[in-house]
Amino acid sequence: MTAVEPMTIGLVHYLTVSAILFTIGVFGIFVNRRNIIIILMSVELILLSVNINFVAFSSYLHNVQGQVMAMFVLTVAAAEAAVGLAILVTFFRNRGDIAVDDASMMKG
Amino acid sequence: MTLMAIAFYLMAAVTLVAGLLVVTARNPVHSVLYLILAFFSAAGLFVLLGAEFLAMLLIVVYVGAVAVLFLFVVMMLDVDFIKLRQGFANYLAPGAVVAGILAFELIFVGWAVAGRGAAAGNAPQAARPDATNIQTIGLELYTTYAYVFEAAGFVLLVAMIGAIVLTLRHRTYVKRQDIYKQVTRRRKDAVAVVPAKTGEGIQE
Repeated sequence: MTAVEPMTIGLVHYLTVSAILFTIGVFGIFVNRRNIIIILMSVELILLSVNINFVAFSSYLHNVQGQVMAMFVLTVAAAEAAVGLAILVTFFRNRGDIAVDDASMMKG
Repeated sequence: MTLMAIAFYLMAAVTLVAGLLVVTARNPVHSVLYLILAFFSAAGLFVLLGAEFLAMLLIVVYVGAVAVLFLFVVMMLDVDFIKLRQGFANYLAPGAVVAGILAFELIFVGWAVAGRGAAAGNAPQAARPDATNIQTIGLELYTTYAYVFEAAGFVLLVAMIGAIVLTLRHRTYVKRQDIYKQVTRRRKDAVAVVPAKTGEGIQE
């Protein structure tokens, strides 16, 4: 492991930020199990941490492909948010509530 | 270099604190606002890394579109959010344990492996010093990734159609103009000439 001075920002600093943000997203899914809106926001946080990883590696490897990939992640995240919220609105219309642990209509 | 470090620590701290507040805030509207703050400071981190185009994209797409979409949905749904927070304290401890282990593993791998890899010794700089960031991305995106770019467009198209189909509904009790019905209406369907006898009127 290379010595890391606190005043020189290296790749590992960005990786640490990204790791903690990812963990916060997972933690959010755990603690807000019933509130699907917060779960969707946690997924957005996780995707943001993935983007930070992509961009950090892209910058430190002097290769732009990571940024292109981050753009595609952004695209998928936007699509996911749109469809997720549409499903949420439809679910709320049918049930009058958004508690996800009651979402067992298709259990058969 | 010191100024860069201060900027990094500031952006990183704001991103992480805002992210933590997203998942712990009592009011979902506050959560969305903290999400916007997190995206904003993450965009600042992207600027520090030299990815200006992605930073602006993050602000335009996330803050301008996704977060506002979340805000609309949170404000539109009339939900008792206090009831949805039941079980928060129950899941806090196991969630914190799992999150702690996950964070330790991710950071450990990051420092132990990536800290010794090819990228660690480099300084962050643009892939092509002679071109701007957006030029470099464009040259890569429209050549090597042209088909993937098209596929991303299709993903967005499918998401758009899916969202519209999911939320569209026809309410039967609302009167609305039906152009086909109006245009295909003929005289014999609407008007009848009945000879009425004097003093008797018309029987149904």
